[in-house]
Amino acid sequence: MAGAKEIRTKIKSVQNTQKITKAMEMVAASKMRKAQERMRASRPYAEKMRTVLSHLAQAHCEYKHPYLQRRDEVKRVGYIVISTDRGLCGGLNTNMFKAAVNQMADWQAKDIGIDLCTIGKKSSAFFARFSGNIVAQTANLGDQPSQEELIGTVKVMLDAYDEGKIDRLYLVSNEFENTMTQTPAIQQLIPVSGEIDTELDHHWDYMYEPDTKPIIDALMMRFIESQVYKGVVENIACEMSARMIAMKSATDNAGDIIKELQTIYNKARQASITQEISEIVAGAAAVS
Amino acid sequence: MAMTMQVNIVSAEQEIYSGTVTQVFAPAEMGEVGVMPRHAPMLSTLKAGVVRVISQEGEEQTFFVSGGILEIQPHVVTILSDTALRAADIDESAALEAKARAEAAMKDKASDMDYAKAKSELIEAVAQIEALKKLRKKK
Repeated sequence: MAGAKEIRTKIKSVQNTQKITKAMEMVAASKMRKAQERMRASRPYAEKMRTVLSHLAQAHCEYKHPYLQRRDEVKRVGYIVISTDRGLCGGLNTNMFKAAVNQMADWQAKDIGIDLCTIGKKSSAFFARFSGNIVAQTANLGDQPSQEELIGTVKVMLDAYDEGKIDRLYLVSNEFENTMTQTPAIQQLIPVSGEIDTELDHHWDYMYEPDTKPIIDALMMRFIESQVYKGVVENIACEMSARMIAMKSATDNAGDIIKELQTIYNKARQASITQEISEIVAGAAAVS
Repeated sequence: MAMTMQVNIVSAEQEIYSGTVTQVFAPAEMGEVGVMPRHAPMLSTLKAGVVRVISQEGEEQTFFVSGGILEIQPHVVTILSDTALRAADIDESAALEAKARAEAAMKDKASDMDYAKAKSELIEAVAQIEALKKLRKKK
């Protein structure tokens, strides 16, 4: 029974791995529910923000914010890339990086430089290796990110835009479609592009207190931040569901391997017993 | 019946209040404002302070906001509350921190270490699979 003991050890080790992946699957499943709730909770703010902005676009205000103006000449672009902190979540990060790198290659072909802002450990590790100029970074946001932690990172990019260092700003993150599908999405943050519905056509404007510029500046800044926050929260929901799926298939695979190994083990065992019997019979025949 | 308006108080992390009220008080930048229905459109920044709403039944409710934006439309009042205390210098220092982290990450060879570690683990796993295949053939 040469291989039997080794096979038994192997089965044991695969079983242990299966236990771990099973546990991770269940943890991810429970976290996913919470992450989805958080995603839903952040929705009203984004909606109200959009309403206020569309009102503002209709108001006849003489101050035009730089984020609303398109710069025709693009010399350098900025990317905010949101990834997970931890791995073992299938191809979630890889797919997103692929999408981002594809688009970045287009810019590089046109000889346009790229500044990066990474959120999450995986993206900073990836882009530190890949050619990329990381100007700001945040990681370890945990499962319950607060907007406070994102302010600094986003401000670096907004400042770069204000100073004319970058002429476009994009946000790369995963979009949560449902538990089974998450798709990488690249969204243009600045200049703000969006549908403006012109229902109210009569001439009106807000009263601004204390002054037009600071309010609109504050509003635009919060708008961009809320978009990034939304991306982060959504990405966590994506991470959890992707991990759940990945761990589920890992558990299933481990089950398959165990089954196969068990068959091999049984055959080896049977073979050795058969051999033993034939040896005994042959021995008995020789004696009698 | 008293005239009413819709009030929404939201922060990035959650919806705080949504309802029909007769009056709202908010700590605007230039001093507290009281808003009643059919107020002229107004946009203002908020200071940290207390927002009070008086519902149709005359009940008063208070909420703390740490700053934000107040938008008034004749029948809708929206308060976009901040979740954090905001000030130019605090934002600035947060931005500097983020930059410092980026520089550390660029210099950090730990990520290369991770790569090397992952690679060695991969080689080990491949070897294990090979061994398994041989085992299977042996049977």
